[in-house]
Amino acid sequence: MMTEPMGFYTDTTVCIGCKACEVACKEWNQLPSAEGGQREMSGNSYDNTRRLDGTHWRHVKFLEQFEEDRNGGRWLMMSDVCKHCVQAPCLEVCPTGAIIRTEFDTVVIQSDTCNGCRACIAACPFGVIDINAVSNTAQKCTLCYDRLQAGMEPACSQACPTDSIRFGTIRELKEMAESRVRQLHALGESRAHLYGADDKFLGGLNSFYLLVDQPEVYGLPRAPKMPTRNLIPSSLLSAAGAAALALLGFVGLRKRRMDGHAPEREGPDV
Amino acid sequence: MSDTFFTSSPHWTWWIVLYFFVGGIAGSAFLLASLLHLFGRPADRPLVRLGYYTAFAGAVVSGFLLTIDLDRPERFWHMLIQSNTGRPMFKSWVPMSVGSWGLLLFSLFAFLAALGALSEERPDRRLLQSAPVRALRRRGPSAAIAVLGSIFGLFLAGYTGVLLAVTNRPIWADSTLLGLLFLVSGASTGAAALILLAIWRRAGHPASVDWLAWFDRRVLMLELVVLVLFLLSLGSVARVFLGWWGAALVLGVIGIGILAPLLLERGHRAPAPHQLVRSASLVLLGGLLLRVVVLLSSHDIHVLGSGVTGASP
Repeated sequence: MMTEPMGFYTDTTVCIGCKACEVACKEWNQLPSAEGGQREMSGNSYDNTRRLDGTHWRHVKFLEQFEEDRNGGRWLMMSDVCKHCVQAPCLEVCPTGAIIRTEFDTVVIQSDTCNGCRACIAACPFGVIDINAVSNTAQKCTLCYDRLQAGMEPACSQACPTDSIRFGTIRELKEMAESRVRQLHALGESRAHLYGADDKFLGGLNSFYLLVDQPEVYGLPRAPKMPTRNLIPSSLLSAAGAAALALLGFVGLRKRRMDGHAPEREGPDV
Repeated sequence: MSDTFFTSSPHWTWWIVLYFFVGGIAGSAFLLASLLHLFGRPADRPLVRLGYYTAFAGAVVSGFLLTIDLDRPERFWHMLIQSNTGRPMFKSWVPMSVGSWGLLLFSLFAFLAALGALSEERPDRRLLQSAPVRALRRRGPSAAIAVLGSIFGLFLAGYTGVLLAVTNRPIWADSTLLGLLFLVSGASTGAAALILLAIWRRAGHPASVDWLAWFDRRVLMLELVVLVLFLLSLGSVARVFLGWWGAALVLGVIGIGILAPLLLERGHRAPAPHQLVRSASLVLLGGLLLRVVVLLSSHDIHVLGSGVTGASP
């Protein structure tokens, strides 16, 4: 039975980069550390997680915006996660039916059905999904589907000490986010805006963000699209090409016959 | 900047490169054999049989390559059957789903055509002369197999490019011409493979092979046009080819794989076998390189969405 859509609202302005969400996610979902915990440092940032993948379903991005003389600047921090798109590209292209929409309007990969074809990885506009080396299946944030079914809050938002990550119904979260944008505008932060809260792309994101810079600065596409946008034009062009090739071959055989080069019987081989 | 630059690579690398290459050859080999079967002369029969054998072998190899590329190869059947209900799994809007069924059906027609060809070639084998097998050689069934198999063969040669376009990855999803490009390239490599096999196996009448060479020259010209249109359709994304991948594309795919074979056969109405071997080998090399460049150049791009990002205020 469908309940009211649930999701995350992430206010990046209050994220302090503590990574409690990353740790809580790993603990609850029993996600292993990479390379036995001996992971290399990134070397150019405090961000050593670097990206979302099959064993990192939360990733706190550290964005350093400093002037060349280091006098002025700021840190931007953002806890990235699956966006649980209302029109989910991964779900759309999954050929095995392993990716499903739950009763909470979230998107979950069923590990026992996935065969690791990786179509969802190429379809996700946000680079969220990857193969989990333990299960050898595609994996990503489930929005703690098991906890939601038990009436609990997802581990990451519960662990967030600054309430940068808020969990709730999409309706409540949008009201909260819009109020926060108005507050920031009143305080002079005119760049504050919501990303994915409306239905301008992918029908809206059930994990949406409050940002204070352009989406690209946070590593987010400006206007993510459905992969099937290319299906009909690509297919029609290919079908036209197929007809042309068959016709070309036929014309060649006709020409050969007209030119009198067509052999009547099996003759000497080449 | 294209929104495709914020995505992760699906790690479709060497097995998929080979599958796209072999699938293109198999599909177009079936088409060419079928055209000769339907509209050719009796002397074309050895090449018809060779084309059907090539198509069937290519279909088997394609299925194998696709399966071993899966991270859970034992679950390959999940592409065709719903693992939880046992019902057929089919999504008409997903190229990978349609492609799985397309490959299966192509394999069936390629098998029937190859069986009929074997029956024709080996009258001494009693099993091959049984009534059901001999029925495959009758005019009606063999024509139906040729037509239906050709449709699935053309599908197999081209859907791989459509599959790439129906993603959100750089280069692949930035153009709608990849399906057409792979299809045309598949036709040129299919013809080239048959030319080489016919000469090597001494299994084709010179007139049959000349027709293949005639076909291949025209398809190569078409491929050049489609390739240029593909690069133009990428717009600013084409800048990713300013480097080694671009050099491989221009020198390898266009230079070695298209222009060189055309120049080698220029002015020859019926090139000698050694000339055909040389140019067909270059066509095959170029076709393989095209798939290497298209797949691996995109695989190499993982810049914005995933890594540590810094920006000035």
